[in-house]
Amino acid sequence: MTETAARPNRFAAALKEALMAALLAFVLASFMLGVRTVDAPGGLSYHYRPGLLAAAVAFVFFGRLFLRLVWWKDERSTPKLYSTLTEGMAKFTSGWGRFLAPAVIIGAFVLPFVASRYVLDTSILILTYILLGWGLNVVVGLAGLLDLGYVAFYAVGAYAYALLSTHFGLSFWAVLPLAGLMAATWGMILGFPVLRLRGDYLAIVTLAFGEIIRVVLLNWYTVTKGPDGISGIPRPTFFGLQFKRFGEHTFHQFFGIEYSSMHRIIFLYMIILLLALLTSYVTNRLRRLPVGRAWEALREDEIACRALGINTTNTKLTAFAIGAFFGGLGGSFFATRQGFISPESFTFIESAIILAIVVLGGMGSQIGVAIAAIVMIGGFEVFREAAQYRMLIFGLLMVIIMVWKPRGLVSGRMPTIFLGSERKQVSGDLVKEGEG
Amino acid sequence: MEYFLQQLINGLTLGSIYGLIAIGYTMVYGIIGMINFAHGDIFMVGAFISLIVFLILMSIGVTFIPLALLIVLVVAMVVTSAYGWTVERLAYRPLRSSFRLAPLITAIGMSIFLENYVQIAQGARVKPLQPVITGGYTIMQGNGFTVQLSNIQIIIMVLTVALMAVFSWIIARTPLGRAQRACEQDRLMAGLLGVNVDRTISLTFVIGAALAAVAGLMFLLYYGVIDFYIGFVAGIKAFTAAVLGGIGSLPGAMLGGLIIGLIETFWSAYFTIEYKDVAAFSMLAIVLIFLPSGLLGKPEVEKV
Repeated sequence: MTETAARPNRFAAALKEALMAALLAFVLASFMLGVRTVDAPGGLSYHYRPGLLAAAVAFVFFGRLFLRLVWWKDERSTPKLYSTLTEGMAKFTSGWGRFLAPAVIIGAFVLPFVASRYVLDTSILILTYILLGWGLNVVVGLAGLLDLGYVAFYAVGAYAYALLSTHFGLSFWAVLPLAGLMAATWGMILGFPVLRLRGDYLAIVTLAFGEIIRVVLLNWYTVTKGPDGISGIPRPTFFGLQFKRFGEHTFHQFFGIEYSSMHRIIFLYMIILLLALLTSYVTNRLRRLPVGRAWEALREDEIACRALGINTTNTKLTAFAIGAFFGGLGGSFFATRQGFISPESFTFIESAIILAIVVLGGMGSQIGVAIAAIVMIGGFEVFREAAQYRMLIFGLLMVIIMVWKPRGLVSGRMPTIFLGSERKQVSGDLVKEGEG
Repeated sequence: MEYFLQQLINGLTLGSIYGLIAIGYTMVYGIIGMINFAHGDIFMVGAFISLIVFLILMSIGVTFIPLALLIVLVVAMVVTSAYGWTVERLAYRPLRSSFRLAPLITAIGMSIFLENYVQIAQGARVKPLQPVITGGYTIMQGNGFTVQLSNIQIIIMVLTVALMAVFSWIIARTPLGRAQRACEQDRLMAGLLGVNVDRTISLTFVIGAALAAVAGLMFLLYYGVIDFYIGFVAGIKAFTAAVLGGIGSLPGAMLGGLIIGLIETFWSAYFTIEYKDVAAFSMLAIVLIFLPSGLLGKPEVEKV
């Protein structure tokens, strides 16, 4: 078939396809977008929205036509721009990558002294999610266990700090490791019976566990105050110095400087930055230990692991417990930052966001997780006005990125062990994962 | 005794609804081995479309209830099937050869998308519907307590049994059912033998979505109030039902649905209503730990 003969044919085919897509869109949107139910005296009423329906159908029609004729021109090959971009990235990271991480970390330490309050608040939020993402990364990215109830450990950590500090007056620094340990214990309690399950069953049981924790928090009124939540959670102190305008042992009095509400924010920022770096450091060290290698081996092939004599239950349990530990740290920090917690903060959607950060960033890649957290949480903040639409877009992005790049944005990874001195990155296509 | 009997009836009704949703999970899991996390939201979409179609019919003057319900049923099944088909086509088919967890993650994305889509399109407030089918029978009376079997409960149970019979027949006797069972056993081999695998999987999603639409309509008629969030919890419970009955088994899904419905109802009746979801979720964990292949399922053999 010659080029000239193929062209009109291709256009006709694309037109037909777009018409079919538009027809489908019409069926889908007919009642959902074309009709709007409204509250009226004596029951529900409704009105038609033909304009919206027509817009949706037209959007699908032209969108499909555009995709077919322009975007997928070369029969679904990757767009040229994208491949040059990734190649450039690969070159850059292999050459300058060594300096990248230290530069970013130094930048992160300098940031609070130059940034505005708003930027700093957002950064604290992003860092919290980076910490949680790195924690979940141990479970999902390294050990290959899909955990849909990670928020449960986050909740355990938050409530542990809130209850221990308000009832027993323990300080943040005393509770922080305790909260982590408590979350880790919960991880073990949950993990012990369920870790024999296959990947997707495990996912659903962890999801159910997350929901159970939330329902218990909601209904165990005598301890958790139910939906009212716990308020008046103490702020962290700097070696016993408080960040208050008045009172004794305050930070600004001790150092003899002018009081500023920014001090507390900067302090919080430093705490979460150090916690996140600790998570990253511990995880990187663990990866080089036998247990870390066992995690990654488990992710690649569980049956082979068993054949090689690795105790799969213990390996999974350690991954679960360590992931939960970091979740607990994050939870404690969340509680002390907010000063108020309620079960509303620990819904399934939080688990989904953290999981999306890990998966979309590239499972097992710490840089990828950090980038995904910055993009996603930063994006949430930027589109704060469009709050209604951001979860819609979030769900859609999860699907699109997954279909486009199933391995996540940073999919290649460094093997932890090398033959000789050659350090080569393994491309994402060569690794199999998630067969837990 | 009277109280117990009443709860039994209520539990069976609820269980029928769960069973119908569970069929969608079990068929999809059987054929492509993935948890269609968005299925609960397909059920929710079905309930909303039922509500909207019903409102339109009432206002244009179709007030003969049986006819109106029949039209609602057909339209809701068709439109919801289109949703099921589209979700499969957009989110699952491109990832069919990818690693196991990839489609589960797109399924979660789809679930979030559908929930927010309905919330934006129809508003976040709960949607009430005044009772459509009223009346019922008094079965037993004693100790100052009346056991009622309402007409809507009868309709739900009868319709569920009828649909179960029809779909069991489809799976067992028709070419489509044969193709489905072939794909379930070995997708590659079925493809080589001339089964259109993509089409079969699409049709499985369509059937599952159609049944979810029926469940959505029943839910709407039974409870008289829906919102965009009903799919999440109902979906997890229906999945529990599918697992409990043995995933991949059609009668198992129905049995599991009935058991979950009964557990939930009796738990609310005799213990605390706040913890009824905990009861259902704990059931899921217990079943998976002690009886991973379910009541009527075949034990899964892991091949290397």
